[in-house]
Amino acid sequence: MKAASFEYVRPDRLESAIAFLTEHGEEAKVIAGGQSLVPMLAFRLTAPRFLVDIGRISELRRVGIDADGIRLGALARWRDIERNEELHRANPLLVEAIRHVAHYQIRNRGTVGGSLAHADPAAEMPGIAITCDAKIVAAGKQGQRVIQAADFFTGPLSTVLQPDELIVEVRLPPWQSGRRWAFVEFARRRGDFALAGIALFYDTENGKACNARVGAIGVADTPVRLQAVEATINGNTITENVIRAAGAAAFESVDPSDDIHAPGDYRRALLQVLTERALSSAAKPG
Amino acid sequence: MSSARNVYVGQEIERTEDFRFLKGRGTFVDDYEPAGLVHAAILRSSVPHGRIAGIDAAAALRMPGVLAVICARDIGPTIPRIPIRLAPIAGLEKYLQPVIAVDKVRYVGEPLAVIVADSRALAEDAAAKIAVTIEPLSPLPDWRTAETDAALLFEENGTNVSTRYTVGFGDTGTAFASADYTRSEFFRAHRHTAVPMETRGVVAEWDAAAGRLVVNGATKVTFFNRRALAAMMQMPESAIDLIELDVGGGFGVRGEFYPEDFLIPFAARKLGRPIKWIEDRLEHMQAANHSREIDCELEIACRRDGTIIGLRGKIFADMGAYTRTNSGVVPAKAAQFLHGPYRIPAIKIEVSAFMTSKTPVGTYRAPGRFESNFFRERLIDMAARDLGIDPVAIRRKNLIAVDEMPYSIGRLVPYETETAYDSGDYQAALDKCLETFGWKEKAKLQGQLIDGRYHGVGVACFVESGGAGPRENVRMTLERDGHIAVAVGSSVLGQGLETVFAQIAADAMSLPMETFRVSHGSTTIIDEGFGTYHSRAVVMGGSAVLDGSKNLLDAIRTAAAGQLACREEDVTLEDGAARGPGGSTLSFAQIADAAGPLTVNGTFANTKRTYSYGAHAAHVAVDARLGHVEILDYVAVEDVGRAINPALVHGQTFGAVVQGLGGVFLDHIIYDANAQLLNASLADYLLPTASDFPNVRGVTMDLHRSPSNPLGAKGAGEGGMVAVAATAGNAVAAALTAFNAEPKELPLSPPRLWRLIQSAKLS
Amino acid sequence: MSPRQIARFTVNGKAYEAAVEPRTTLADCLRHDLKLTGTHVGCEHGVCGACTIIADGEAVRSCLMFAVQADGMDITTVEGLSERDRLSPLQVSFRKHHAVQCGFCTAGILTTAHILLTEEPDAAADRIRDVLSGNICRCTGYVQIIDAVLDARAAYKARDSR
Repeated sequence: MKAASFEYVRPDRLESAIAFLTEHGEEAKVIAGGQSLVPMLAFRLTAPRFLVDIGRISELRRVGIDADGIRLGALARWRDIERNEELHRANPLLVEAIRHVAHYQIRNRGTVGGSLAHADPAAEMPGIAITCDAKIVAAGKQGQRVIQAADFFTGPLSTVLQPDELIVEVRLPPWQSGRRWAFVEFARRRGDFALAGIALFYDTENGKACNARVGAIGVADTPVRLQAVEATINGNTITENVIRAAGAAAFESVDPSDDIHAPGDYRRALLQVLTERALSSAAKPG
Repeated sequence: MSSARNVYVGQEIERTEDFRFLKGRGTFVDDYEPAGLVHAAILRSSVPHGRIAGIDAAAALRMPGVLAVICARDIGPTIPRIPIRLAPIAGLEKYLQPVIAVDKVRYVGEPLAVIVADSRALAEDAAAKIAVTIEPLSPLPDWRTAETDAALLFEENGTNVSTRYTVGFGDTGTAFASADYTRSEFFRAHRHTAVPMETRGVVAEWDAAAGRLVVNGATKVTFFNRRALAAMMQMPESAIDLIELDVGGGFGVRGEFYPEDFLIPFAARKLGRPIKWIEDRLEHMQAANHSREIDCELEIACRRDGTIIGLRGKIFADMGAYTRTNSGVVPAKAAQFLHGPYRIPAIKIEVSAFMTSKTPVGTYRAPGRFESNFFRERLIDMAARDLGIDPVAIRRKNLIAVDEMPYSIGRLVPYETETAYDSGDYQAALDKCLETFGWKEKAKLQGQLIDGRYHGVGVACFVESGGAGPRENVRMTLERDGHIAVAVGSSVLGQGLETVFAQIAADAMSLPMETFRVSHGSTTIIDEGFGTYHSRAVVMGGSAVLDGSKNLLDAIRTAAAGQLACREEDVTLEDGAARGPGGSTLSFAQIADAAGPLTVNGTFANTKRTYSYGAHAAHVAVDARLGHVEILDYVAVEDVGRAINPALVHGQTFGAVVQGLGGVFLDHIIYDANAQLLNASLADYLLPTASDFPNVRGVTMDLHRSPSNPLGAKGAGEGGMVAVAATAGNAVAAALTAFNAEPKELPLSPPRLWRLIQSAKLS
Repeated sequence: MSPRQIARFTVNGKAYEAAVEPRTTLADCLRHDLKLTGTHVGCEHGVCGACTIIADGEAVRSCLMFAVQADGMDITTVEGLSERDRLSPLQVSFRKHHAVQCGFCTAGILTTAHILLTEEPDAAADRIRDVLSGNICRCTGYVQIIDAVLDARAAYKARDSR
């Protein structure tokens, strides 16, 4: 399981990385932490001519929090997010979701940008991006563009990124105070990809839920927003009936296919349970 | 044991081998790099069943750094076949594996060619350039397909059914006809395997001038393998050395003779270069023995009071594409161990073995037993429920009593003679298990829904054989500096034998443990060894060490008498010195210094197996909506006769139980309907991690010594695995009483358990 | 085949320079170019953790890095965990608790546990299990490993309070 040969370049500035990808993007793969890409290279599932290591472009590592929300540099690692006390307050849903990513050693190298670009349908970060209406900032030969998370993922392991582009930053909107939220996933073992997962939040106004956002991972070709579930939440106080309705709506919203880890009908039923449990958890006082 | 003392034996001595492993100074096969080394990769079939139309290596051979591509045609007109080492059930010998695919491929992963290059990476580059044309034939993904014989894996044999036989004793016909109660069920155990952390590897060096071959990376049964290799290479055994280095686990699958064990030495001799081949994990999942895939139709006959009066069954064993060195063990032992620790007056088992177009099957820790204990213990629990009898009570009623020992179970294995359980108090082990577990309290939770999860407790009893014969040898040498070299034929795969054998020798000779240096496994250190399998190393190797120690003391006494100018009977040996009648003493070192190193042989032969036994209990909580099971508590109790180092036995128990729980809930080799292997990576083949089964407790008893060896030991190492599926399955069934869902098929993974519950709800 | 590049890093306090193909993993470079064979390779796809080393103070899987990516890093392998011939307190604890059987996974667990306890000398059993869930052992069943790491905490706390 030795990778096929490649040429290795390590630009130390964003401009040089983009210049290289502009010329060679079709034959290149970008590597940051490599936690998802290196296994693919080892299995020879991909054999690019060039490997462009952006890991030393320090400007991509920055994490910023202000009134406009959160800006995560593409090279922000899971470890960096975990250890950032401010982020815990600035988006507790993000931090909770990240706790489920892989393992200790992987979290020291894996990056936000890498996860989004890899676009595994069961990965947590893409799920958070969808749920929180993240904006993904990509830079390429034509400059920077801002892509809505909802438009970013096109299929399993597939995004709208062009060969000359790389992710530079992810922006999450500000988090409302008093917001109720939950992240629940079910995986076979600690750190495994979720068989299904739910990220949700809602605000309250006059005791009723509003502004609900529900995202699911592991149940479709991409992370998906479950608007039908949001509809069962908005305008209601969260009762047992609402929880059951939310679960039923989640069940109706997806049609997962079978794979070696689980049949589609199991994932669907699983999603229903996780939705109920997530909403129940979010609604609990304290 | 007739030793002077027990300073070391029975103590939790810290291991001597730990020093090098903790410091990163072990020598595993990939750490060995002789000068001039080149590297091999194996091109393997990606087609499960087909006729090889052509292998074109021209492009590969043109690549710089590529030294050779070897296919069947480069080996010769006759391709050697890998022989059977154990369990020669009639019929299996017609399905032996050629060391490389010749005209057909029969499983995904079968070797097609060996590529030798300057680096492993280059060899893989070259492999990708070899054009292989295979005309696909119908795949045989399971035994039912194989049984139809519509497509034949071996046309010359006319059938895919490699063997069928029936064993038993007593009159099952009458038992079943007259029984108050009978129940028949169909059970399934799934394909999974050992997955040691170190993959296999071979480094072969050919010395043309001397006509000698040295092969590093051997283990388990090195002397058998040398014999097999010598025959295949048409060389005398004495010209081949198989060297055992440090070994990263085996569990039965590593160390048997595989195609690469011929191909790499052959290539080394052909090219005159030392060649290293290290299996990567993808290959390992395709190429190392698979196991456990057995279906069983099992029927029990009881009296109303729960007394078992008969057991009859049919075993359907999926053997994969070829008969491996020991694959007959799996169905044969599955059949034999259906009997278990119970008094069963009539038993009849039909065994059928089927060849399928999948990776060949071999032994994996507790082979056949893991499966059949699941089948039998589940059925006993079902019978208990039907009869309104407590699951513990029904077992107590039927467990063989201590005063019935030795208890014959007749001849339930075609290639073995009659056997008997040697000694043991099965009730005591069950008592100990239930008491340690807290069964009385925990049983109150049976079937209860607490915090959204259903609770259940389950129990299983087992018996396990060990100490397989025929013999083991040791050579011991008192060196001039007073150290004693102990060379054993046993192989070491992580069990700590360097420490255990030193403990035994130290007590036998009344010397400090540091005196001894244990070497193992390699064919260079001893004339004939028999190896490590069937939990035999301590029983056979340890008993040989006892014999060798006694012989060495005799030799020292003789030499001392000469040097002290007295009679042998007047020499006293004590604390590493010999004292003459006049009071003059010589240390052992002085004796060896004067006489030269003293070398003796030791041996132990035994045709009687030892039988360890015990009981396991588990407390589970099942989240029925997810199909997820949490093991809240698991207690494994085993009487091993005598624990030479209780801490090491404990370690084996923890390891076996966790590995076994993986085999119930996680491990699963998945093939599709076209016999394509779908999950050949550790991302998709799930091994238990530290967070999966943290609540495991073990109790090692040494209650009933084995009468058949001077140590009194029964084998340990596999007993902890035997009852795991049975116990976990019973606990899960108990938890799901409300659903009337009876788990009968492994694995109990979340989607499958969920589906079982759904189906039960609907019916 | 790609031309070799020079990767420079320190390992266990010593400066090294290796001329490697870019596709050579750090694990293979440590083992075969630098002859530090204590780090083991169990899967080459980042699951088993046997290859874990410490790079710039963090536990990372060396099979998931190319040697050229490690340029400029300060690396510690299992060989660097003990001074001369003495076992470190963590290693002593492993021996005491019989946490080693075949030894193949051991190096990766030692490096991981060492960093964990260095950063969190108060880590409880659940945290230790959680972190070590990224290191697969097939022999021990983990119980004695967790006991060993728990028992080693005292030495790291003592170190902390100095």
